[in-house]
Amino acid sequence: MDPREMTGAQALIKSLEMQRVEVMFGLPGGAILPVYDPIIDSSIRHILVRHEQGAGHMAQGYAQVTGRPGVAIVTSGPGATNIVTPLADAYMDSTPLVVITGQVATSSIGSDAFQESDTTGITMGITKHNWLVTDANDIPRVVAEAFHVATTGRPGPVLIDMPKDIAQASMEWYWPEPSDLDLPGYHPVTRGDPELVREAAEMMLAAERPVIYAGGGILKARASEGLRELSERTGIPVVTTLMARGCFPDSHPLCLGMPGMHGNYTAVTAMQRSDLLIALGSRFDDRVTGRVDAFAPEAKVIHVDIDPAEHHKVRRADVAIVGDCRLVIDELLMALDSLGLPHSDATRVGSGGTPSDAAPGAPAVPGSSAASFPRDRVDLWRAKLGEWQIRFPLVYAQTDAPGELKPQFVLETLRDATPDDTIVASGVGQHQMFASQWWKFDYPNTWINSGGLGTMGFAVPASIGAKVGRPDKMVWAVDGDGCFQMTAQELVTASSERIPVKIALLNNAYLGMVRQWQEMFYEERYSEVYLSPDLPDYVGWAESMGCIGIRVESPEEVGPAIDKANSIDDRPVVIDFRTDASEKVYPMVAAGASNDEIIVDPSLMRGDN
Amino acid sequence: MSAYGIDKRHHTLTVLVENKPGVLARVAGLFARRGYNIFSLAVAPSDDARFSRITIVVDVESAPLDQIVKQLDKLIPVVSITELAPSAARERELLLVTVEVSPETRGQVIQLVGVFEGKIIDVGHDRLTVMLAGSPTKVDDFEDLIRSYGIVELQRTGRVALPMLERSDDRSNLSAKVLGFANHTEKAG
Repeated sequence: MDPREMTGAQALIKSLEMQRVEVMFGLPGGAILPVYDPIIDSSIRHILVRHEQGAGHMAQGYAQVTGRPGVAIVTSGPGATNIVTPLADAYMDSTPLVVITGQVATSSIGSDAFQESDTTGITMGITKHNWLVTDANDIPRVVAEAFHVATTGRPGPVLIDMPKDIAQASMEWYWPEPSDLDLPGYHPVTRGDPELVREAAEMMLAAERPVIYAGGGILKARASEGLRELSERTGIPVVTTLMARGCFPDSHPLCLGMPGMHGNYTAVTAMQRSDLLIALGSRFDDRVTGRVDAFAPEAKVIHVDIDPAEHHKVRRADVAIVGDCRLVIDELLMALDSLGLPHSDATRVGSGGTPSDAAPGAPAVPGSSAASFPRDRVDLWRAKLGEWQIRFPLVYAQTDAPGELKPQFVLETLRDATPDDTIVASGVGQHQMFASQWWKFDYPNTWINSGGLGTMGFAVPASIGAKVGRPDKMVWAVDGDGCFQMTAQELVTASSERIPVKIALLNNAYLGMVRQWQEMFYEERYSEVYLSPDLPDYVGWAESMGCIGIRVESPEEVGPAIDKANSIDDRPVVIDFRTDASEKVYPMVAAGASNDEIIVDPSLMRGDN
Repeated sequence: MSAYGIDKRHHTLTVLVENKPGVLARVAGLFARRGYNIFSLAVAPSDDARFSRITIVVDVESAPLDQIVKQLDKLIPVVSITELAPSAARERELLLVTVEVSPETRGQVIQLVGVFEGKIIDVGHDRLTVMLAGSPTKVDDFEDLIRSYGIVELQRTGRVALPMLERSDDRSNLSAKVLGFANHTEKAG
């Protein structure tokens, strides 16, 4: 027999191997059965999940920490519909995923066959592209196209729908050259227009109150180093959005932290008062802008994004540059060179002090040839930011009273007890905001969360995928009790596959963020938000899934429990932290309000008066 | 004025797409999920069998044209998009109408068809079927006038369009903006 002759299923698996796929997350079923047979002989590790949604979120976690596309494989019908949520999530957060779904035989498509669903139709609006394979000979080309589309331009999820008869049909193996890809309408632009880049550089030098608004595109483009150089050379401070936490070190004196609905006062207000926003791979999400017509009213906008459709979508940009953030930042640095900006001024930026340490009106940098560069004025701006940082810090008060274990205290203790490059995955809600606020992210790709879609239950499977992608790193999931109940069964996957993730469950017995809104905006009328601290018994549940379960009820138990969890490396650990349900996330900008109406922690206002 | 009249809100996009199954669904689905209004839509294979051409008249009050074009261009099977402003396009549309005629009105209808340079393509005892091709305004006018005789059935194809040709050497005044394949880098203003 011709060694090149094989089944569609074999060709699919071989194509994945050609794409250097190391691991895929999935669960078999009728229509995908033929594809599961060659998996036995493949070099690709298959992780058997307990629910297809878990497969998708694991692939997302894997992709976010490795920068490589995550691969998930599920069957037709309910298998496909169960992975719709991760696809929508990955589409919102521009995560590269390749999802393979089984489909009923081509002769049955459209007949309402058993486990049939119109998968390409359902996922059309939540994938970057999808393919229904109708000829086994197309498989290698389609797989190559799928990986190309998922990983280039603005990354995103793609889906390949594989009918059962196509997987069983025979084909003659080949591997396509890049020129064989049939994508005549797909040509992402990666380099910025030099004229616009120069104009942007001039605006950066002329601004008095500039802010770099760094988004998830920095991480996707691996542009962290360039961003740091850009910020240090210009002295321009950086806010890092929820999707960009860690792309610029929180410990850096020019880092202002997270902006947005639950961003810190300085990051939010710096953008509001700014005269120049330099948006790099960010998209003016409503959670960042608040009321759009009141957002950063005095700011001109430079907007760098690889997706031209993001330009002017929410906020009109004065200079809109289409391109990859890493390449455009390099171009910006060269343009700044040619405009005479001196190289890094270590005495000011690298001193380790806060921006307020820089004396306003300090003499110009010796040897500076950038006569027009208003370094003094930017220093004044940074001094102002420093004042705000001192006046409006993030605060909470841990007391000794029983039943008042503060989630922020748990997170600070956890942060201080774990390595600096620990990967943190979170679900969606109060615990997510607390984690983003209180962790110190100093490394790129160490923070994984569901930013755009806001998918509860993301943390457990995403942390498992992250640990698979970076087994050398400690991985903690910070989860809420509402979220945990949505996807906790994947800890069975983690136990059986020996993936030692750790779960910090902030159990306040409520759907906490909804409770917070009902308290603040619905006159404390609590509607359907109470869960229970004891039902389920989280420790017993964790142990039944092969994990170590620990319960923590008071502040003094927090440290020892975390130390114990950190010492366990052969199975997952779940710590059930019983936290104070009355604790709210501050600061907060109410939905639809202007960012000028930021509500800080009440204790700060009392302190002021 | 008829709903079909030339309207500044209506821009014509001619979209070259890969000739593959499901492409029209992708285009229509994009309009539906992003809340863009389609005024009319015509699809047919192009002169190159690998591609089809979709002519979409969009309502730019439902969303900025810039957004509609860029979101369309993100669809992988969309190869290029030509945008034609209402004043810069040669637009044509085909109308088929079956109209009631009596011995008294038959002559009037035939005369009206003659004035509009239409054609009678089918004749019954008390009905005529008429074909008329022309600019959307001309087709509108004809539809208005024929209505009083009693329309049995009427179909319009939706517009197709090509850019108006240059009459001077002034190349800076291009009437059509072609997107796709090109660098999308652009500046506000």
